[in-house]
Amino acid sequence: MSHAEQSRPAILMAEGGAPAVRPRWRLAPMTAARIALIPAAVITIVCFYAFIVWTFVISLTRSRLLPVYDFVGFDQYRRLFASARWWTAMENLAIHGTLFIAGCTVAGYALAIMIDRGVRAEGFFRTVFMLPLSMSFIVTGLIWQWMLNPVFGIQDAVRDLGWEGFVFNWIVQPDRAIYTLAIAGIWQQVGLCMALFLAGLRGVDPNVWKAARIDGIPTWRVYTDIVTPMLRPVFFTVFVLLSALVMKSFDLVVALTGGGPGFASDLPARFVVDHILNRQELGLGAAGAFMMLCTVVAVIGPYLYREIHKSRGAR
Amino acid sequence: MRYQRVVLYLLLGTAALAMMAPLLIMFSTSLKPMDEIRGGSLFALPRAPTLEAWGKAWGGRDGGSGGLSGQFVNSFVIVFPALFLSVGLGSLTGYALSLWKLRFANLLFAAVLIGLFIPPQVTLYPMIVLVRELGLFGTVPGLVLVHVVWGLAFVTLLFRNFFQSVPADLMKAARIDGAGFLAIFWHIMLPLSLPVFAVAVILQFTYIWNDFLLGLTFSGRGSQPVTVALNNLVGSQFGEQEYNVNMAATMLAALPTVLVYLFSGRLFVRGIAAGAVKG
Repeated sequence: MSHAEQSRPAILMAEGGAPAVRPRWRLAPMTAARIALIPAAVITIVCFYAFIVWTFVISLTRSRLLPVYDFVGFDQYRRLFASARWWTAMENLAIHGTLFIAGCTVAGYALAIMIDRGVRAEGFFRTVFMLPLSMSFIVTGLIWQWMLNPVFGIQDAVRDLGWEGFVFNWIVQPDRAIYTLAIAGIWQQVGLCMALFLAGLRGVDPNVWKAARIDGIPTWRVYTDIVTPMLRPVFFTVFVLLSALVMKSFDLVVALTGGGPGFASDLPARFVVDHILNRQELGLGAAGAFMMLCTVVAVIGPYLYREIHKSRGAR
Repeated sequence: MRYQRVVLYLLLGTAALAMMAPLLIMFSTSLKPMDEIRGGSLFALPRAPTLEAWGKAWGGRDGGSGGLSGQFVNSFVIVFPALFLSVGLGSLTGYALSLWKLRFANLLFAAVLIGLFIPPQVTLYPMIVLVRELGLFGTVPGLVLVHVVWGLAFVTLLFRNFFQSVPADLMKAARIDGAGFLAIFWHIMLPLSLPVFAVAVILQFTYIWNDFLLGLTFSGRGSQPVTVALNNLVGSQFGEQEYNVNMAATMLAALPTVLVYLFSGRLFVRGIAAGAVKG
């Protein structure tokens, strides 16, 4: 088949290759394109933006079980900020977010560098490191709930090996439970970071490496001084993706600790869902949800601004 | 030099083992009868491997319900239509947004992109009201609807990024030939973008199967997905935990996506890279 034929739609070929005349009843293509965007536009405007406004409006009312449009100003926000559970959740978000993002980035970058050294069985290692990514956070949470269970998991296994006094019971310690969340989260997502960094490392111009070798620069210094600064955009992407994940963290905490002991490992996402679905505190839940949105905007706003700016410039 | 290679492989091997250990332990425990679990170590291999726990995880415990078979089927019943609709709508939207120079296309794209980062909790309650008003609360169509809504941004982004790279001349040629909006999509863009379709299908399958929040919120008795049922199964036991059954159930719930991942390896990675790096 010639090139010209390939690039033509088959339906027109059937008409003898002559430019098809558009029947009168057919829509103009531009109109069709506009119509095709209607579902997405409706979903976006209604289910994203109008619903955000709706949630905000509810957060200004005294709604409990059902929405009641009885406005009380920022009372729900006052209640929210006076709630110890909310602040524990926010503090936990900060602790978990920092550990999770730092851990994933460092471990993911280290794995990517090791794989990039031209190892054999690269495919095997990549597959293993990314395997947890295919599982749900519920599965990951349950797996680690058992691994960290003091009676039955790692602590017990190490004691069986002879270290009778070994203690690793963070999951039942109110001041430590939040750290177990980062362990499970890093296990799940480190493969994502590795894949992104590996793609970045493979994109580095081979001439950089040649030049560095001629200059006699040790490998580790090429990484620290040349390659890592070049990968700044990848680090940025990894950071944004992981932050978005942290904000949404709900399943993992539900399956791993159930927010416990008590509310010691609660997160804002769980606080909000709990108040809306179980506690009949719709107004308070909505206020929490809106504060979550503000946190997201603060962290991801700069990234979005850059992306949207970029896509405008590309036109 | 030799010595460095050895250290490198040792480090990588240790990391691989650390990543696999929880899964291997789970698998080995799921093959043990309960008295072996009570007496033995977590690391011990099963002395008399049995699939009994897997049978219970699938079909339920003796005399009681609690097996995951029903919800496992539910998950498939939810995933396929949701997958079909969200990939269909997302691809068409991505195509219209990037290849047809429409007014407000960039604005709409920006609005969709931002939607990708809105935590689902923020719009959860209004969505509950919408689904309830449509009479779909607690039903499979309701769950399909919410998955299409929350999946739209991601699929659109994936396709939009691909279609942006299609040469403008191809569009021009097709339009000069008189091809309309859908003809160009169907006969030119669809064949061109088959790899992206594969990526979208794989990732959407994974996301929808793995979803918990939407299943927890919007499903009813007959439409519960496997993730929700799994969490209930493990969380609601009184008395002694049957760890072997729990672990078999957990692995069962993870199996479909793990298989998709193992068989699609490269496409999965590419999807993640495309969704992330280019996004």
